[in-house]
Amino acid sequence: MPATTHDPEALGLTRVGGRPPLFVYLKEVIKRRDFIYSLAKFRIEAENQRNRLGLGWVLLKPLLNAAVFGLVFGTLMKSRQSTPDFLEFLLIGVFLFEFFSGSLGAGAKAITSNQALVQSLSFPRMSLPVSVVTQKFIQLVPTLGLLMLILIVMGHRPTFTWLLIVPLALLFYAFCLGMALVVARLTVHIRDLSNLIPFFTRFIFYTTGIFFSFDVRFATHPELVAAVHYQPVYAFLTLGRSILLDSSPIYDVNPQLWWIVSGWATGLLLVGIVFFWRAEERYGRVN
Amino acid sequence: MAESTDRRPVVIVDDIHVEYQVLATGKKATAADTKRSLGQRRRQMRTVHALKGVSFVAYEQDSIGVIGSNGSGKSTLMRAITGLTPTSKGEIWASARPSMLGVGAALIKDLSGARNVILGGLALGFTKSEIEALYDEIVDFSGIRKFIDLPMRTYSSGMTARLKFAIATVKDHEILIVDEALAVGDQAFRRRSEKRIREIRDNAGTVFLVSHSMSSIRDTCNRVIWIEKGVLKMDGDPDEVIAAYEANQR
Repeated sequence: MPATTHDPEALGLTRVGGRPPLFVYLKEVIKRRDFIYSLAKFRIEAENQRNRLGLGWVLLKPLLNAAVFGLVFGTLMKSRQSTPDFLEFLLIGVFLFEFFSGSLGAGAKAITSNQALVQSLSFPRMSLPVSVVTQKFIQLVPTLGLLMLILIVMGHRPTFTWLLIVPLALLFYAFCLGMALVVARLTVHIRDLSNLIPFFTRFIFYTTGIFFSFDVRFATHPELVAAVHYQPVYAFLTLGRSILLDSSPIYDVNPQLWWIVSGWATGLLLVGIVFFWRAEERYGRVN
Repeated sequence: MAESTDRRPVVIVDDIHVEYQVLATGKKATAADTKRSLGQRRRQMRTVHALKGVSFVAYEQDSIGVIGSNGSGKSTLMRAITGLTPTSKGEIWASARPSMLGVGAALIKDLSGARNVILGGLALGFTKSEIEALYDEIVDFSGIRKFIDLPMRTYSSGMTARLKFAIATVKDHEILIVDEALAVGDQAFRRRSEKRIREIRDNAGTVFLVSHSMSSIRDTCNRVIWIEKGVLKMDGDPDEVIAAYEANQR
């Protein structure tokens, strides 16, 4: 090797493959926002490209989902009589939960199912999970519009309180993004985990009170109802319902919930960002 | 190489080793796997030593052909230079982040070519307005304007390759790695793409060309590196190295 090359730094060269410091890294991610957003948008388009109804499915899917749950839980189970505004209760739960489960499932595969991309282009890998959750969020927004429309048709009067759904959705986005970042890295280490995600999602689904009200079902155990408030998905859903419905004391806004969801959202997002960033170099390894 | 020291070095590869831990099933184990399963699964673990101490220096305006038989470690070396594959020993220094000519993985087959030009450009690091300004240049170079609104899955493999090449080379890469990209496309497109590679090199860029086509290496490269079984076997003038390589192949 020629003598001049013994001190690469003096020649203005930098080392390849190092992980940039966290703030530099986050700046690079923000620089890629056009890519993140377009990838999210184009994926939605591609998913529906071969369907005749095209993007109509973005609205149809959650609606059919709600119809099935409404039919099953609304007619077969007793929840309907005991929970006021049961159908609305169910719709809000299903629509919001869809975003959570979608982000979790797709977030877990954000890196592992894009190995070819990760191995051929260099960009901050965080762009991939962010893009996936953004994709689900873009699908959530029209769903929420549809939800409000249904509520109005069913005789609910829109109030200014409904605007609070905007900060709630943003906090939910932050929460799901944090969650996706954590699972995106975990599945890189342990592939098997992606097989467990659906069971985890289902467990959360049945214990969050999508199709039954904790307040009604466990009215005799107030300490249990108080404890479940700290379960983040429950807190988000309950807050969503109390923003949009006001027909019963169970829909009274509990301001404490805002603290709980804000805490979960910021906490998990920070944890997710740091946790994901720390393994940045290894996402490109050949498996 | 002593005479080339007046040119600025842009890539320094200093005694790099790359090892993979591979599960004998063909699945590579991650570090977490290794820790957890040391006891019962050690028998199935195999270490593949893909690169065993490769060193060289690339200078600006170098156009380096990389040759070697299948599985010799060419692609691993290229991935290590781009930083996509971590090295287990040794260091790589570069004046700019080297990029692979491989935008293909970012594209979505169900979308039109037009959409994919935008998406590919964004994946390469352009902003939205930059890539919109370059859009026509890319489409013209690919020569498939007539089909640009059709979904990419309807393209022939040649058309797909042309579009990918057109997107990937629109960026002025300071250090560009081309891995077997020139083998596709018809004669006319091949000539145009070789010309484009020379242009990149002439703009003070450095190009690595991995190929099994000795003719395209002779046409585009001023230097050839021969990798065999993870070791750098020869480095120098294209005619000499290619002759030695071909003698060895027989």
